[in-house]
Amino acid sequence: MRPKLAVLKFASCDGCQLSLLDAEDELLDIVGAIDVAYFPEASREYIDGPYDLTLIEGSVTTEHDRERLRKIRDDTAMLVSIGACATAGGVQALKNFGDVDEFVRVVYAEPDYISTLSTSTPINDHVKVDFELRGCPIDKYQLIELIAALLAGRKPNIPTYPVCVECKARGNPCVMVAHGTPCLGPITQAGCGAICPAYNRGCYGCFGPSESPNTDSLETWWQGLGVTDDEWIRTLRTFNAGAPTFVEASTRTETRR
Amino acid sequence: MSRTINVDYLARVEGEGAMYLEIEGDLVKDLQFSIFEPPRFFEAFMRGRHFTEAPDLTARICGICPIAYQMSAVAAMEDAIDVTVDGQLHELRRLIYCGEWIESHVLHVYMLHAPDFLGYQSAIHMAADHADIVKRGLRMKKVGNDVVALLGGREIHPINVKVGGFYRVPTRDELDAMTTDLEWAYEAAIETARWVAQFHFPDFERPYEFVSTVHPTQYPFMGSRIVSDQGIDISVEEWNDVFEELHVERSNALHARIKARGAYHVGPMARYSLNFDKLPAELQALGAELGIAHECRNPYKSIIVRSIEVALAYRLALDIIDRYEPPSSAAVPVTATAGEGHGVSEAPRGLLYHRYLIDAGGLITDAQITPPTAQNQLSIEEDLMAYVPGRTHLDDDTLQWQLEQAIRAYDPCISCATHFLDLTVRRS
Repeated sequence: MRPKLAVLKFASCDGCQLSLLDAEDELLDIVGAIDVAYFPEASREYIDGPYDLTLIEGSVTTEHDRERLRKIRDDTAMLVSIGACATAGGVQALKNFGDVDEFVRVVYAEPDYISTLSTSTPINDHVKVDFELRGCPIDKYQLIELIAALLAGRKPNIPTYPVCVECKARGNPCVMVAHGTPCLGPITQAGCGAICPAYNRGCYGCFGPSESPNTDSLETWWQGLGVTDDEWIRTLRTFNAGAPTFVEASTRTETRR
Repeated sequence: MSRTINVDYLARVEGEGAMYLEIEGDLVKDLQFSIFEPPRFFEAFMRGRHFTEAPDLTARICGICPIAYQMSAVAAMEDAIDVTVDGQLHELRRLIYCGEWIESHVLHVYMLHAPDFLGYQSAIHMAADHADIVKRGLRMKKVGNDVVALLGGREIHPINVKVGGFYRVPTRDELDAMTTDLEWAYEAAIETARWVAQFHFPDFERPYEFVSTVHPTQYPFMGSRIVSDQGIDISVEEWNDVFEELHVERSNALHARIKARGAYHVGPMARYSLNFDKLPAELQALGAELGIAHECRNPYKSIIVRSIEVALAYRLALDIIDRYEPPSSAAVPVTATAGEGHGVSEAPRGLLYHRYLIDAGGLITDAQITPPTAQNQLSIEEDLMAYVPGRTHLDDDTLQWQLEQAIRAYDPCISCATHFLDLTVRRS
């Protein structure tokens, strides 16, 4: 029997599950090897669980979703969260730093109609997650590697080193050293292929913190390049705003100020 | 006589929505199209961010059409700080937008909408019987994604768009390398339009008020004015004079309407009908051949219009590449000045309006974002109300599928509109 796959979402932009459909050269081979049992973005078919593998995009922002997630966990052998929303709360985790009642009032004329938790939180805050795939969005080749590895019963080859390693491999000159461009590459996990430096831009951290990042050292570097505390805090508070390393670093600067 | 049809989660749309439909006899007694994808509060957390962050932040509203968010955002910011981006930099913006129309429209035509007409649950199921067709679609989609990836750095949430232009512009050779694929894809798009035009379409037309941006000489991506076929002709700054957004209880998305009249329709059919004369002669002739000369008011036939727009996007991409001369600078300089800016562009699924207020330090103090699906919600509801009478003899499964299909015809991006589709039809 082919393994059963479910792909579903919580609060998110749909981009990470789209990555699977964006694997144009590999898609028909992938769906030849697995049974796409539940993937509402792509199919009307709904085959009941239990599933062998469930990919979840998006963050938990409502009480209803918190309950839904617990049921999903009970119905799948392996659960993988994909993307910055599912692994760190996403850009909507910026509300964790603000007053949610005020947020609701800014956007909606009738705040009483809106039901939302005060935080946007990653999947592993609520249930056990077997693997996390980073990125805003994820990289489709990492996704294919992950699916292939999990189905073969081996560990996925997903590096946790920083973007700098990929930058060297790509042959990019260092944008911080060569151009004085502030870059989050030294503290950001690889996986994108060092796209931003290859396009003359500093990394903005969309794959979240790398393993053991030295945020203090990078903050000093950035200060030397004339970056203000406000800019540093804003840069850490984007798509992985809820990642603990970035929360600690940005809060430290905020408190010191 | 009463019956109930339930669909817990409408498939093949982007995001999560719900629908409740109660039918009594031949009439719709109650209908609610609700969007309960959880709210993400973009307009709130944009406050206090720097104006240069808007393209990266708002891209995250939608993984299917990030370029649209980036383009409306840069247009609004450049309006606020009084900077003009023209020449080859503007052409490169049109080129990356061509790539997004292609990837989004081909995804919809082949993977989200065509399976409905051929009776399949998905393109994956369809591939078992029509492998060559699905492969053609995937290859066409890939060509669009290649354009976005080259200009933007990657397909989803591209990193290369900024207020003022780009971080890096492509070389002539990089663009030239794409022309062979684009030429193949243009012919494939014309074959696609002829293929989808043979589908069986319900006999159903609606007197929509079509709203689109327009450009003096071009089929619009980033138009300069907003027009309708019932007399609207305004500048982008006048948006809030004519349109409003209401908050209704059943939805986490705001419903947009024309203040004076109510529902209106944005997207491919509106663009096509209001800009038919801006299509190249060959594509006008193709439209006429396929039975939609000048306009299309049958939402089920939007799949033909999308296919023609895909052909157009390949054609325009080839033209832009042919005339490309690398600009001397990748961006024009930008400096913060206090002000208000309005920006509009044509997302694949319709007009997308942004408005920002920024302070002298360049920080955003107010943001307003009106996505296409929020604008089409009322129109979708009115379609469903109009579709049911006369068709209640259909069995539950057939009626349900056709209603789902009518919703999918809008290529609704519920994630954009804030974000759940759950279709319930109750007959009493």
